[in-house]
Amino acid sequence: MKFHSFLIKYGEIGLKGKNRYLFEDALVRQIRYALKDVDGEFDVHKASGRVYVDCDSNYDYEETVESLQRVFGIVGICPVVRVEDEGFDKLCENVVAYMKEMYPEGNKTFKVEARRSKKNYPLNSMELNCELGGVILDALPNMKVDVHHPEIKLNVEVREEIYLYSEIIPGPGGMPVGTNGTAELLLSGGIDSPVAGYMIAKRGVTLHATYFHAPPYTSERAKQKVVDLAKIVSKYTGPIQLHIVNFTDIQLYIYEKCPHEELTIIMRRYMMKIAEHFAKENGCLGLITGESIGQVASQTMQSLAATNAVCTLPVYRPLIGLDKREIVEISEKIGTYETSILPFEDCCTIFVAKHPVTKPNLERIELSERNLEEKIDELMKTAIETAEVVKVK
Amino acid sequence: MEIYLDNSATTRCFTEVGALVSKIMCEDYGNPSSLHLKGVEAERYIREAKEILAKILKVQEKEILFTSGGTESDNLALIGCARANKRRGNHLITTAVEHAAVLNTMKYLEEEEGFEVTYLPVDQTGRICLEDLKEALRPETILVSIMYVNNEMGAVQPVEEAAKIIKEYDSSILLHVDAVQGFGKYHIYPKRQGIDLMSVSGHKLHGPKGTGFLYINEKVKIKPILFGGGQQRDLRSGTENVPGDAGLALAAKMTYHHLDEKIASMRELKAYFIKGLLKLDGVVIHGKTDEESAPHIISAGFSGVRSEVLLHTLEEKQIYVSAGSACSSNHPAVSGTLKEIGTAPEYLKSTVRFSMSEFTTKEEIDYTLETLYNCIPVLRKFTRH
Repeated sequence: MKFHSFLIKYGEIGLKGKNRYLFEDALVRQIRYALKDVDGEFDVHKASGRVYVDCDSNYDYEETVESLQRVFGIVGICPVVRVEDEGFDKLCENVVAYMKEMYPEGNKTFKVEARRSKKNYPLNSMELNCELGGVILDALPNMKVDVHHPEIKLNVEVREEIYLYSEIIPGPGGMPVGTNGTAELLLSGGIDSPVAGYMIAKRGVTLHATYFHAPPYTSERAKQKVVDLAKIVSKYTGPIQLHIVNFTDIQLYIYEKCPHEELTIIMRRYMMKIAEHFAKENGCLGLITGESIGQVASQTMQSLAATNAVCTLPVYRPLIGLDKREIVEISEKIGTYETSILPFEDCCTIFVAKHPVTKPNLERIELSERNLEEKIDELMKTAIETAEVVKVK
Repeated sequence: MEIYLDNSATTRCFTEVGALVSKIMCEDYGNPSSLHLKGVEAERYIREAKEILAKILKVQEKEILFTSGGTESDNLALIGCARANKRRGNHLITTAVEHAAVLNTMKYLEEEEGFEVTYLPVDQTGRICLEDLKEALRPETILVSIMYVNNEMGAVQPVEEAAKIIKEYDSSILLHVDAVQGFGKYHIYPKRQGIDLMSVSGHKLHGPKGTGFLYINEKVKIKPILFGGGQQRDLRSGTENVPGDAGLALAAKMTYHHLDEKIASMRELKAYFIKGLLKLDGVVIHGKTDEESAPHIISAGFSGVRSEVLLHTLEEKQIYVSAGSACSSNHPAVSGTLKEIGTAPEYLKSTVRFSMSEFTTKEEIDYTLETLYNCIPVLRKFTRH
């Protein structure tokens, strides 16, 4: 069946009162972005409190639906057949043709739900429901009407043209990216952080990201992997500004001056500081990490507290209560898993001590960090100044 | 200055080869199977390419079969001969240090087609022991596959002696040689050395990637593994890669031009490089360093330094080398050959391969040594405990 439009259903943003237009505009913008590389020409527009994607020329249906399913804020996608208003008899023909093609087995329960925005149409909504229901029953004798729990709800909307639709393809839900500020994601090459970014973006937050690499201890391929991950996430979120920070000198300096079992914690504290610097510079309202309580030594409650202590911005940890298995499931669903498990060493694993502290004491950590006083500010400054900025899209 | 010391992974194409390939692609683009002039023209390139290669190997032109490279040549040789000769027996012999293209093909024949495979061990120098070969031979043996030069450490196998032993035992046993690292470094004459099949890859000798050939002695019974239009005497269907095949032949011709002088200077550089490396503490050179090792490969272990870290450190100075074997970046694991020769554990993950070409200069080696002198002590300071 050739569909001429998609009716986009959105949930929560319908509730947003006077700000509603902001949310709808963001939704339209994100839909346009998602359809940018899809074969076909699309007209995305708002009409009487609805968002429509019109596609009159040839287009790739599968690709279009897949792309729409990545736009946060969409609850449902209804493929619409549009027919011209050429009188009621013609409409009956069209409706029967639609039902026959959509449900060739013809043995379901259904209900017609008509609406008119063209108020001068000769039949009103109730009459349309009854008449069209009758026509369908005549043409498809094995169909049954069920007004309470129909398997098929055939929507007939009479506007300048007449819209027919009965299927709802689920969307991802959430809110359109761009409606809830910006946050800085600490992105590694692992499984968790891309998922964390995805989850926060789903609530309408625009993403920036920071990645720490440590050449020659990590390779160009490890960096490429992170760019690839950001690219996959950006399919949902729109373009991501990625800061790539050379962390080698800081890491080696910590390694030289601090107890090795505290290395990871101290390292992460400096990563947070640098990420927060970029966050503030770019007007971000928070940091995002992929931490989950107790997953590794640096993610115990004590470790999280020690890492958290260096930040003044809120740190959002959407995976905090999830098990690894649950995180993996999401990463498989959003398509980052295969890239995440590519075997390139990242800078967190490279100098890991055999027995890192699992219950770091903040005062002790701060004491250790005093050993870094001589050079750390300068090293941080250099790391920030030499960071590479990549716009990932 | 870019210093490319990873020539066993791949090489820079000769400029002349690039120009020829481009000319054939854009101007003489005919299909050799076409009846018209364009096709005849294209066929002429193929014929000339075969002539060049046949001359270098002192074999007949019809014994050269173009393929897509070393891997395909090895697959065709092993699978094609095993299947064609299985009525005579089901036993195959190879070495434990072959390239994956041979090892995994053997594994396939073992697991899927019911052949039995003996893997010959190697000694500390990476070479097989001829006594082991003698003992492995059986009445059911139909094929032996031995590489000419090992890709990971440059060990040269005693191919000629092996051929004698095999043929003395039973002259109908076939000998396949993977000469991907040996062709272009040695004068190889298959007919005089008792080699029945030999695999060669184009991009290891400054030719295009995706090119190669298999020498097949006319008497060898072999079956195709690719089916289609019946090109190349029904043995390798698929339109010939005319630009690639011509480029490969030109690259071989240029490589073999003044080969002895080039090899002599490569050997000199290698000796100089090794001497320089050994000035550092905690360095071992795997295998032999004399004439019994390839002139272009040096496998060096640096204790206390992880090979990837050293590789990336050198990369920052635009010096390009391999950790173990370049082919293994898909499967980062400890090098097979190094394990086989019984390398001490401290060197297994600390070995880097330098491989030179005829373009390598003394200045480049000096710069590389200088860089190593500077970075090795620093890297040793920061290691995982």
